[in-house]
Amino acid sequence: MSKPVVQRDPAWLGRVFWFSAGLVLLWPLVVATEFQPWVMFSAASLKPTLRFLAAFVPPATDPDFLRLVAVETWRTVAIATAGISLALLIAVPAALLSARVLSVSSLSGRMAFVPAAVRQVVRWLLILLRSIPELVWALIFVRVVGLGPTAGVLAIALTYGGMLGKVYGDILESGEPAITRNLLANGSGRLQAFAYGLLPQNAAELTSYTVYRWECAIRSSVVLGFVGAGGLGQQLDNSTKMFAGGEVATMLLVFVALVALADRISAWLRKALA
Amino acid sequence: MSPQPQQLPPALFNARCKACWLTAGLAVLVVASFWSLDLQWARFLSPEAAASMGRFVGEFFPPDLSTPFVRKVAEATLETLAMSALGTLIAAAVGLLLALPASAGLARLPTRLLLNALRAVPELVWASLLLISAGLGPLAGTLALALHTSGVLGRLFAEALENAPTGPAEALRTQGVGPLRVFLYATLPQVLPQVISYTLYRWENNIRAAAILGVVGAGGLGQLLAFHMGLFQMDKTATVLAAMLLMVAGVDALSYTVRRALTR
Repeated sequence: MSKPVVQRDPAWLGRVFWFSAGLVLLWPLVVATEFQPWVMFSAASLKPTLRFLAAFVPPATDPDFLRLVAVETWRTVAIATAGISLALLIAVPAALLSARVLSVSSLSGRMAFVPAAVRQVVRWLLILLRSIPELVWALIFVRVVGLGPTAGVLAIALTYGGMLGKVYGDILESGEPAITRNLLANGSGRLQAFAYGLLPQNAAELTSYTVYRWECAIRSSVVLGFVGAGGLGQQLDNSTKMFAGGEVATMLLVFVALVALADRISAWLRKALA
Repeated sequence: MSPQPQQLPPALFNARCKACWLTAGLAVLVVASFWSLDLQWARFLSPEAAASMGRFVGEFFPPDLSTPFVRKVAEATLETLAMSALGTLIAAAVGLLLALPASAGLARLPTRLLLNALRAVPELVWASLLLISAGLGPLAGTLALALHTSGVLGRLFAEALENAPTGPAEALRTQGVGPLRVFLYATLPQVLPQVISYTLYRWENNIRAAAILGVVGAGGLGQLLAFHMGLFQMDKTATVLAAMLLMVAGVDALSYTVRRALTR
């Protein structure tokens, strides 16, 4: 007579223990974030929410509003594009300054102290630029230059300048250094060595990363609008504050479409470049 | 015999050259952007702007380092970290739940559409929409992070599930084991390492996002920042900014060290 097969998880004790330990550890987080989702379903907050959501259908489609949305959408793209162009003005020189492959003194042994120090300082500067979120830059610039796209463009230029500069530097250093070294050792200038040695082998990767960041910049230029830096985000913020559900619905749809389109274009460009 | 001419470089523009058209289009896009934006360089580069910028930065110093305020900032930092951790955890759970229908079967396309919609709207936009129902405070921020991140993680998890080898699941299924147990004992253990590493990666991102989410009123350091900046209390703003930078730098350094230790 065979024994009945016991179908029990041999490790159930440990699983139950770790699961409950996790729940206990979770508790402080729940307290710290005042995580009480049921307040969302109290009558006081449910009524405006439902009214707001009900207004989503149908999305606002009167011609004047659509024209406004079209203009703001273009401005969102324009802020991102102008920001990235300015970011390149920071990133390209900084990447050239910080790339260790372009060092003449390191051709023979260790890099001399001053060039090494300059490269490290540029690197730190880029990291600093990059680690301040663009939203914080925008908050600061809105104070200085006032509401409008200028603050958004500058914020994107600084944060993305840091990001692009850092990654450009990394890309330039990751490639095969032999050609560049050879050019430098035979007396070509650093710019010449860059243009004929480094750039050809890294051009595709550099461009594809830039296009990817342009796509990210479009997303963040919408977000920047929320602190008053113009574009779709600012309009979205206004409409949300006025509980205009239909307008919010239209703009969300436009925004999702814009992001999807940028995603497609960037994917296509990167494939064409590869 | 006349000397052979040197090979000339190709013409600068050629109607069949794709890259030329791309570059031209790009140039048009950039010029149009600058032209249409009425940027106020004059105001930004004028001496008054430089002076006001200088004054603005000058007011940052000295930062407010009095004990009660530092304690408040520390609490806000903890709140930010808690928001990001809880938001990511909820997102991982929801993402896993949504990844199941998104990886196979009839519901694949609609679920993917839902995941893409969740992902396409940034955290900050979710937060500002959620403020209406969740009110000011960290709850809105946590839920906003959870919504956006579950879109991102759901998609990644679905791909992990689709790419998991089917052998173990088949073996259990032919033994007559039910679908829930097949998932728990065959599929889940295979994708768990990926699930954990994606979740940790998103957590790192979410700490950064949570720091600024508060700018629209959704709790954490951002809310403190927006509040004190709105009141022109620049010394307090400087402290909050410093805390934000320290937190982000700390997370970066930690993740770098952990990554290096893991890959070695």
